Amino acid sequence: MTEQNILLKMKNITKTFGKVTALRDVNLEVKQGEVHALVGENGAGKSTLMNVLSGIYPYGSYDGDIIFDNETCKFSKIHDSEDKGIVIIHQELALVPYLSIAENMFLGNERTSSLSKGVLDWPRTFQRAKELLELVGLDEDPHTLIKDIGVGKQQLVEIAKAISKNCRLLILDEPTASLNESDSQKLLELIDKFRSEGMTSIIISHKLNEISYIANSITVIRDGSTIETLDNSNHDVSEDRIIAGMVGRALTDRFPKRNPDHKISSEVLLEVKDWTVYHPLNLNRKVNDNVSIKLHKGEVVGFAGLMGAGRTEFAKSLFGHSYGAKISGKVIINGKEVVLNTVTDAIKNGLAYVTEDRKGDGLVLENPISTNMTLANLEAVSSRLVIDKDLELVKSKELKQDLNVKCASVLQNVGNLSGGNQQKVLLAKWIFALPDVLILDEPTRGIDVGAKYEIYCLINKLVEAGKAVLMISSELPEVLGMSDRIYVMNEGKIVAEMPRKDASQESIMGAILRSSDKKPTMEQ
Amino acid sequence: MLILNMLKRNSLLIALILVMILFEIAIRLKTGGAVSLFSPQNFTNIIYQNSYVIILAVGMLFLIIGCGNIDLSVGSVVALIGAVAGVLMVVMPENETAFFSNPTMNMYFAIAVCLLLGILIGAWHGFWIAYIRIPSFIVTLAGMLLFRGLALIVLDGITISPFSREYLDLFTSFIPANRANAFDTTMVVTGFIVVVYVFGILFDRLNKIKKGYEVDPMYAFLFKHIIILAAVIASSVLLGKNKGIPVILILILAIVIIYAFIANKTVIGRRIYALGGNEKAAKLSGVNTNRLLFLSYVNMGLLAAVAALVCVARFNSASPMAGTGYELDAIGACFIGGASAYGGVGTVGGAVIGAVFMGVLNNGMSILGVDANWQKAVKGLVLLAAVVVDVMSKKRVQN
Repeated sequence: MTEQNILLKMKNITKTFGKVTALRDVNLEVKQGEVHALVGENGAGKSTLMNVLSGIYPYGSYDGDIIFDNETCKFSKIHDSEDKGIVIIHQELALVPYLSIAENMFLGNERTSSLSKGVLDWPRTFQRAKELLELVGLDEDPHTLIKDIGVGKQQLVEIAKAISKNCRLLILDEPTASLNESDSQKLLELIDKFRSEGMTSIIISHKLNEISYIANSITVIRDGSTIETLDNSNHDVSEDRIIAGMVGRALTDRFPKRNPDHKISSEVLLEVKDWTVYHPLNLNRKVNDNVSIKLHKGEVVGFAGLMGAGRTEFAKSLFGHSYGAKISGKVIINGKEVVLNTVTDAIKNGLAYVTEDRKGDGLVLENPISTNMTLANLEAVSSRLVIDKDLELVKSKELKQDLNVKCASVLQNVGNLSGGNQQKVLLAKWIFALPDVLILDEPTRGIDVGAKYEIYCLINKLVEAGKAVLMISSELPEVLGMSDRIYVMNEGKIVAEMPRKDASQESIMGAILRSSDKKPTMEQ
Repeated sequence: MLILNMLKRNSLLIALILVMILFEIAIRLKTGGAVSLFSPQNFTNIIYQNSYVIILAVGMLFLIIGCGNIDLSVGSVVALIGAVAGVLMVVMPENETAFFSNPTMNMYFAIAVCLLLGILIGAWHGFWIAYIRIPSFIVTLAGMLLFRGLALIVLDGITISPFSREYLDLFTSFIPANRANAFDTTMVVTGFIVVVYVFGILFDRLNKIKKGYEVDPMYAFLFKHIIILAAVIASSVLLGKNKGIPVILILILAIVIIYAFIANKTVIGRRIYALGGNEKAAKLSGVNTNRLLFLSYVNMGLLAAVAALVCVARFNSASPMAGTGYELDAIGACFIGGASAYGGVGTVGGAVIGAVFMGVLNNGMSILGVDANWQKAVKGLVLLAAVVVDVMSKKRVQN
């Protein structure tokens, strides 16, 4: 531990917002040439700590010292920390979609002509961009617009951009949150490669398997304080060990047990036959190809697959043709064939779709919790198109209690809640619509371990009440932990169906890989 | 605490009252107490001068809430519909080509045609914006030029007048018609309104208690409603001392109450807020967003037609240059009233207060003899200041 130099030392950092203490005496030591993971539940203070480090919260607005490279630093703006070589890549990528890769890479740090600082040197810009792209292993023309490449590649552009700034400490905030398994793997390998070349990085992530795979040290933050720093140089710290630190107790089982008396009925609630959907802009491209699924009463069905496999597209097209073109296939609900041309049709027939993008597609962030909860079923709190606001208040308070939404009042804006609580509000909204079948799209994305557990409990409660749940998830442990039966989708097709007892990470990934091998890849 | 919160929520209203008091002091000082902002005559004037802005602002507000859209064409639409009204009610009867020989019938026919035309113009905008998804700024900018041009064509570039006494009475008369009974009648009507109001709120409160819903504590309840009633009674005393209750005030109150009800209490209102707050979420919750957007523009067209009818009556003429700049007054009123330029946020009450705020500024500065050019500059600064305060106060809440 002593032979390596300490590159960064944050000593007794305390940061308050008004009366709220976000960080209390936090200490963090990052050694030269290591990957240091920062873990903690949402709201634990990870991002605040990184904002202190990068100068977003300037010197003087917090207490404590930052010592970087044996020098006490007083950053007053982001530029100051970047000058020292501390570069942060935020979860929401800061790229301009309609500029090229090269332009994005040097935005704010432009390569200029030797004659004038105000004139761009295009040849040098593109030359340097090309070199950097090679360095991060991204095989793209630097003239390509950012909007035309996938999220995984955009992430690599961000990293290339960071390196261009003579980066000495790279901070990655949830770098793999929006990447699929293979892109995540590539990214982690890249970080590993940089480490072997001497780069130091801090990685913030909720994906604990990745943390134990990549990190040398793991610092756990809970409620604004450092709890412990675990040595993971042999990659032998278990996920359960990390979770225990994060939640302050050993979480004996990450997936709650269902009531042992619960039986899955043989009654089919939802059946979809030969569902085929084409891409809305590219009418020759099939996004779903002859998909057929069945959901029984009281059953949780997992929907596994890589990101972009077509699962969200399937759910959205089913849910009142909210996505896609030239949709064909049969939908049978409770034994009756139905046509779901609009979202209203879908809701009336007992279907609910809980989106993967709660901020973008799910909630009206500027509106109160109560009105968000009733939006999909306003009929229940109104008579003759006039809303009974008092009834609405009563109903939303009940939902808040039932789902344990942590908020001061249901009249608070949803936008002010944490991710986990927002997700609960979104679920409450669809539970209030009284569906028989719920399609949950990545129901636990980006929320902390405690809130995940509560959502799993809720899913169990729903099926115990006789509903059917189709759970789309890219986290295989979650699919395996929660489902009674699993469909695997790849490239728009169902490539495997397996009961829980036959399923494993290997069998699911195997099904995906085998189906991809059969024919050349469709995309690109 | 509750009262403090109430005051905070109504900061704009308090600002309006402060501005009124400031003007009152300035005017009294300047004229030695001879003139007052609150004189019965001037109070009636303020209502008249702002009637059209309030009507347009209510329509505009729904566009702003519904997706941060605005309608730049309303001034031109007011001119065009006014022109059509003029042709139907002034030019054609003169040439004995009116559709109905009976002037009263002809008048109602003309009003119906004008309202229908407003709806059609709204539908024209709504179609392009909601279904073809052309940016509203462009569609309504085109409309601004198009309808101004049509107004000039219809009127051949000249102003026509006068309108019939009957038509003017429809919008500019007072209740009672006989000035001698003005005060007594006004007081009787006010008394009736007060009684209905008191019974209404008591019934609502008791009903809530019976159903076990939450109610405001008694002191806050009394505080709120006593202030409202005091304002109502004070206004009606001023009106009674002048000529009575202006018909236009009844029209405006009806519009404001109906639209406030739609915004606050109905499913369609709630859906408009959701549409403006997050269109994709609204769509996935079963809201027919395109139709809602379309209807918002149809409604704007209808209200623009109402405003046009009011305007021609007030000026007793149809002019091709009528309504110039009205769109900006209406948009400004909404933003001063706390609506968000990003959509999803705003209230009818706020828009009305915003419109009155601008009206009081105009009126107060005119009485003080402030140069018309300076008046414009001041209005610009006030608009910016109102929105800056709004944005800053929201930021503080977030931190």
